[in-house]
Amino acid sequence: MDQEFFEMLAMPLFDQLFNLAQWLTGNRTDAEDLVQETYAKALKGFKSFEEGTNVRSWMYKILRNTFLTSRTGLKVQNTVLLEDEFDGLDFAAHNITPELHLLQLENSHSVMNALAELPVPYREMILLSDMEELSYKEIAQVLAVPIGTVMSRLSRGRKMLRQALLAGSPGRSTHAM
Amino acid sequence: MQCSYAATMLDAYLDGELPPDRAVVVQEHLGSCMRCSSEIAEIARMQRSLRNARGHYAPSAEFRRKVQKQISRPKRRSWLIWTMPIGVAFATTILLTAFVWIGNARRSAAFAELADLHVNALSSTNLVDVVSTDRHTVKPWFQGKIPFSFNLPEFNGTQYTLVGGRMVYFHQHPGAQLIVSMNQHKISVLIFQNSVDLGRALTEQTGLDRRTSFGIEAWQSQQLRFVLVSDADPAGIDNLARLLKQVNQ
Repeated sequence: MDQEFFEMLAMPLFDQLFNLAQWLTGNRTDAEDLVQETYAKALKGFKSFEEGTNVRSWMYKILRNTFLTSRTGLKVQNTVLLEDEFDGLDFAAHNITPELHLLQLENSHSVMNALAELPVPYREMILLSDMEELSYKEIAQVLAVPIGTVMSRLSRGRKMLRQALLAGSPGRSTHAM
Repeated sequence: MQCSYAATMLDAYLDGELPPDRAVVVQEHLGSCMRCSSEIAEIARMQRSLRNARGHYAPSAEFRRKVQKQISRPKRRSWLIWTMPIGVAFATTILLTAFVWIGNARRSAAFAELADLHVNALSSTNLVDVVSTDRHTVKPWFQGKIPFSFNLPEFNGTQYTLVGGRMVYFHQHPGAQLIVSMNQHKISVLIFQNSVDLGRALTEQTGLDRRTSFGIEAWQSQQLRFVLVSDADPAGIDNLARLLKQVNQ
């Protein structure tokens, strides 16, 4: 496989990858480092890319794995995930929410802030699903987890985000890092 | 369906990830459960807002160039970038050199031909067709022979003596050749009607022809081209040229 072919496939994803990178890292400098390293690694490993498979998922996977080995990423790996204990949790606490509070869910500014505050494992779920609109199967491939984990973690993440928004404090996470 | 395990089901239903048979079950449940239907409505509202996360951060043009440069082929590109101008410059130089060289060659060939005419005339048994030292005899002789007219200066009292004249052809153009003597030297005065190809072949010049070592002086006056060819000293040629220029302005 040739370098020009790689360039042709990978460069159109540049904006998307950068956006995802900054959502993950939280700042521009780290995002640039991450994207640069992702492209370098992808070019190096382009031989292992099978033509016909999804370039986007392939690049996301490299970006995500690169992120996990970065400084910010290593912290994330130490985060304890609660997904195993999740199913069925919190439901009893859910009541019908007043319409006024529901408007928070449509306030783009609040939603963006709350998303940025979400712990990375949930944030990346929501980014890949609701922002990038990958299927559960694709997300499972990118993150190298079973589909069941995708489902529970995504559901959990959305719930946390919703609670943060409805509580009226976009910056507050219900989940301890 | 019990609400206690419906959480992931609702998300999957909303994302269109449930197989049809299970989707139908969830759909039925939503029709009867207020809590789940308001829940799924909340998720859907939030999901719409989340699309704004797309394109939320944009890379700088500078950073894009940096990565682009990093992944594009450096060797071949830079090779082209560096060698293209050199190649173009080289080709241009060759073309220019060839152009100048061809121009020079054509010119020096033309002057060599004129020198031949001069030598021819001198070596010929009859140096001139009209033998006269009188300009009023020589000039009318050319009438009807050449398609133009020229003026001759008064040679009396100068170091020059008019020997005579003859008709010549140069590049298919008829012309007048006058032989003027200066001491022991002979000077050919060649006069032609100006034309594009003659103008190209006979540029104005003064000095020694490099190939023949003859002194040459060529100029254009009105519609006539004058060329003097001689082994006389350049000052002598130049002086005669001045006399001719004076009467042919």
